[in-house]
Amino acid sequence: MNPFLLSLLGGVLIGISASLLLLFNGRIAGVSGITAGIVTPASGDVAWRAAFVGGLVLGGALLAVFLPRALGAPVVSGVGVPVLAGLFVGFGSRLGGGCTSGHGVCGVARGATRSLVATSVFVATGMGTVFVMRHLMGGA
Amino acid sequence: MKAVLMAGLAGLLFAVGLGIGGMTDPARVMGFLDVAGAWDPSLLFLMAGAVGTHAVLRRFVLRRPQPVLAPAFPKLAQTRVDRKLVGGAALFGIGWGLAGYCPGPALVSVAKGAPTVLLFVAAMLAGMSLFRGWESAMLRRKPLGPAAGGPPIGGPRAGEGERQHVGSTS
Repeated sequence: MNPFLLSLLGGVLIGISASLLLLFNGRIAGVSGITAGIVTPASGDVAWRAAFVGGLVLGGALLAVFLPRALGAPVVSGVGVPVLAGLFVGFGSRLGGGCTSGHGVCGVARGATRSLVATSVFVATGMGTVFVMRHLMGGA
Repeated sequence: MKAVLMAGLAGLLFAVGLGIGGMTDPARVMGFLDVAGAWDPSLLFLMAGAVGTHAVLRRFVLRRPQPVLAPAFPKLAQTRVDRKLVGGAALFGIGWGLAGYCPGPALVSVAKGAPTVLLFVAAMLAGMSLFRGWESAMLRRKPLGPAAGGPPIGGPRAGEGERQHVGSTS
């Protein structure tokens, strides 16, 4: 299928998933927030969070079997870059109150100013980072 | 128990959507972020599909007095844009652009077991813990009073409320 249509279809599934989590659990499908609630448990609601993250990993296992090319190979290697990237993503998502799912999908879908701003900022700095890495430093 | 199962199903569907849509392929993500190179706009369609679908469905969902398996819908009234939001999003975007993974796709890719992904996820979890430590340290340093930039109990409480928005919305 056309990659644009596949992406649209994938997006629709994500939108349905976020709506189901809201309908049944009354929760926002923000992956970083859900995950952080397991890493640093503050409230007594670890079970549903662990189940959601477990579902993500299980979904990845299904993809690995039925649609292996969906899980593309990493574009970086070594230790330094993945670790630095992970630290920035983990710390930044908590400081900024959300990631691509919480702000980018759920927040934007409800028209929240915070989420519109956050999404614009992380897309901009993401593009800036790729520009520096690929076109100024010639790496990655 | 039902609620836990439903959360698991939602996670599964979310993962399949990310996979079909191309988000779990870092080369695609990098292609989307590389506006000065061979720009690949297809992930905009993923974004549009997800935002459009959720924007419509959430309206129907929120007509209900309460969720099916929970006492209440989250209250998400705060729309204040502050330095933390902008700084956090900026850092997040840099990390995203460095490796091509954001939290959801990284967790989905764990199943494949690539060392790079495992390193990224471990560092991401460490970053979340670090934030927690940093946040408590900041709250201890300016516990109460006007220095906290708000009414007396507003300091810590406001931070917590924000994290609530954060915690439950992201």
